[in-house]
Amino acid sequence: MPSATATSATTTQGQAPEITTLTGVGIGTGAAVGPVAFMAPALPEPKDVASTRSVDEETARVRTSVAVVSQELDARGQKAGGAAQEVLEAQAMMAEDPALTELIDQKIVAGGTAERAVFEAFSSFRAQLEALGGYLAERAADLDDVSQRVIADLSGVAAPGVPERDEPFILIARDLAPADTAVLDLDRVLALVTTDGGPTSHTAILAREKSIVAIVGTQTSEGLADGDVVVVDAATGQVTLNPDAALIEATTERIRARAAQAELPAEPGRLADGTPLPLLANLGDVAGAAPAVARGAEGVGLFRTEFLFLDSTTAPTVADQRASYTALLEAFPGKKVVVRLLDAGADKPLPFLNDAHEENPAMGLRGLRALRASENLLRDQLTALAEADAATSADLWVMAPMVSTVEETVYFVTIAAEYGIRTAGVMVEVPSAALLADRILPHAAFASIGTNDLTQYTLAADRQLGSVAAFQSPWHPAVLRLIQEVARAGESTGKPVGVCGEAAADPLLAIVLAGLGVTSLSMSPAALADVRASLLTVTLDEARTIAESALAADEAADAKTAALAAATRITTKEN
Amino acid sequence: MIERTVSIGSANGLHARPAKLFAQAASGAGIPVTIQKDGGKAVNAASILGVISLGIEHGDTVTVTADGSGDDAEQVLDTLTELLATDHDNA
Repeated sequence: MPSATATSATTTQGQAPEITTLTGVGIGTGAAVGPVAFMAPALPEPKDVASTRSVDEETARVRTSVAVVSQELDARGQKAGGAAQEVLEAQAMMAEDPALTELIDQKIVAGGTAERAVFEAFSSFRAQLEALGGYLAERAADLDDVSQRVIADLSGVAAPGVPERDEPFILIARDLAPADTAVLDLDRVLALVTTDGGPTSHTAILAREKSIVAIVGTQTSEGLADGDVVVVDAATGQVTLNPDAALIEATTERIRARAAQAELPAEPGRLADGTPLPLLANLGDVAGAAPAVARGAEGVGLFRTEFLFLDSTTAPTVADQRASYTALLEAFPGKKVVVRLLDAGADKPLPFLNDAHEENPAMGLRGLRALRASENLLRDQLTALAEADAATSADLWVMAPMVSTVEETVYFVTIAAEYGIRTAGVMVEVPSAALLADRILPHAAFASIGTNDLTQYTLAADRQLGSVAAFQSPWHPAVLRLIQEVARAGESTGKPVGVCGEAAADPLLAIVLAGLGVTSLSMSPAALADVRASLLTVTLDEARTIAESALAADEAADAKTAALAAATRITTKEN
Repeated sequence: MIERTVSIGSANGLHARPAKLFAQAASGAGIPVTIQKDGGKAVNAASILGVISLGIEHGDTVTVTADGSGDDAEQVLDTLTELLATDHDNA
């Protein structure tokens, strides 16, 4: 590694000043040291031009490349073992598939280049798979991967996608697509650094979920070369190029200390003065329950029920639902489990719920509005939940998604009461519900703030849209003020107010939320350890001071900086 | 030319692993074998893409045809139909 420093110093001599750090948005507070590897970009579509080679030459080129790729995939499969081996071997077979080979040969005989023939032949099979839909449409991505590998080999360039290295590496990418992260071997990735994408990008969500060190949105990767050793610090959002020995050593020590801390038995969440702040898990299926308990979750703060409904053309039966809810509740005997009713709408349409096209689905017939329009679904879900509750000893809370008015609150808690649901509450995601929390909470047993949607609606910035990503920070003082509004209403009515969005997983923002008066935090189980440790560094009064400094800022970034400065002042004074 | 008709055993149909096992076995058979669903288009059974693209689900009836005769062809069809009738997803 020192030689890399020397080389880069000589090559940049007399040019623009050498870049020493890259700054982006850090996810979590972890750090990593290691060599970087670039994610190779997707290949351009091969041009549809007449080949200058003979048919025999083109055919021979394809045979060679296909064999190389097929062997490479088989070799990777052998190394990977298990389910990955099955997928890779199937891909190896696809590369040498006789029907595909026949089609490629026809296209070459017709005068095409090997690259174009491979591209077109794969595309035609891809279209067939896509037309079949469902599981087979997903296999189309496997086919794309093989196609790109063969074309890359024919063109003599690196295969697109996650690079293969013998040693663990820090992955540098523009942004990661779900297909990339699905094949990402997390044991080999020390950290993720993306130039594009914001804190709500797929990469950021994955990093939070899996507790991977990540920095997103560095704008550039200039100054980095494949194999360079860098230090990634998610706490500061900085990637340090050409780190000196002292920084590498300090970071390595930090990584070791953090790993040791994660090994400790998890205690209930609390602040330094003993104020309890229960730490709960966000779960999307029943399988996630056991790992959440292992990470010390004190219950479930958000159980998404969509998994029961997606991929089905008809609504699941009450019996099916009851079995799933019972399995979930059994994993948390005597503990709180907050279940959110089906949160579907035009952005995640279900054929039996709402398949009308909407110009603006985020503001359409979704959440409780959609359930109300199909009240039988709502009633089936409550029936199944009440039955599962009766059969288990967990403390079941049920909440309705996207409640906007007092009237909707009354509607929901009344129906829930009909089924004997003891604790029925509302999600606060729409600013109207936050502003009128003092009128909503007398009717509801609790409120749970969904910060992702609350941010989207408060800043009028579509969560799915990269071009407005800069607006999508839960640190925005307008969002913090609305959270405070709900927490105050909770205090005056004696009702619990939790937060279950991405915000709760941010260790510093968790302190701010505690200071604003929030009474529980729910997050991806992977974030529990960092948040637990962070809360222990301040008292409730100190958390209030830190929250005040964030509320006083004008912008999201300033709020974060102010909170960090206040927290640093408080924690260093004590030491 | 001999043929057999069989119902698919795998819970998730004939894609992914079951499709791979079947295409592998067919390509090792030494004689041309085709597979067709419900009297539809016959595809080369050694082609995993062809097999997958038939979109064969659990319980579907398929016909496997071997381009040969005698004990060898019977043997090939025995092996292949047994593969198709087995539930590889819950093995």
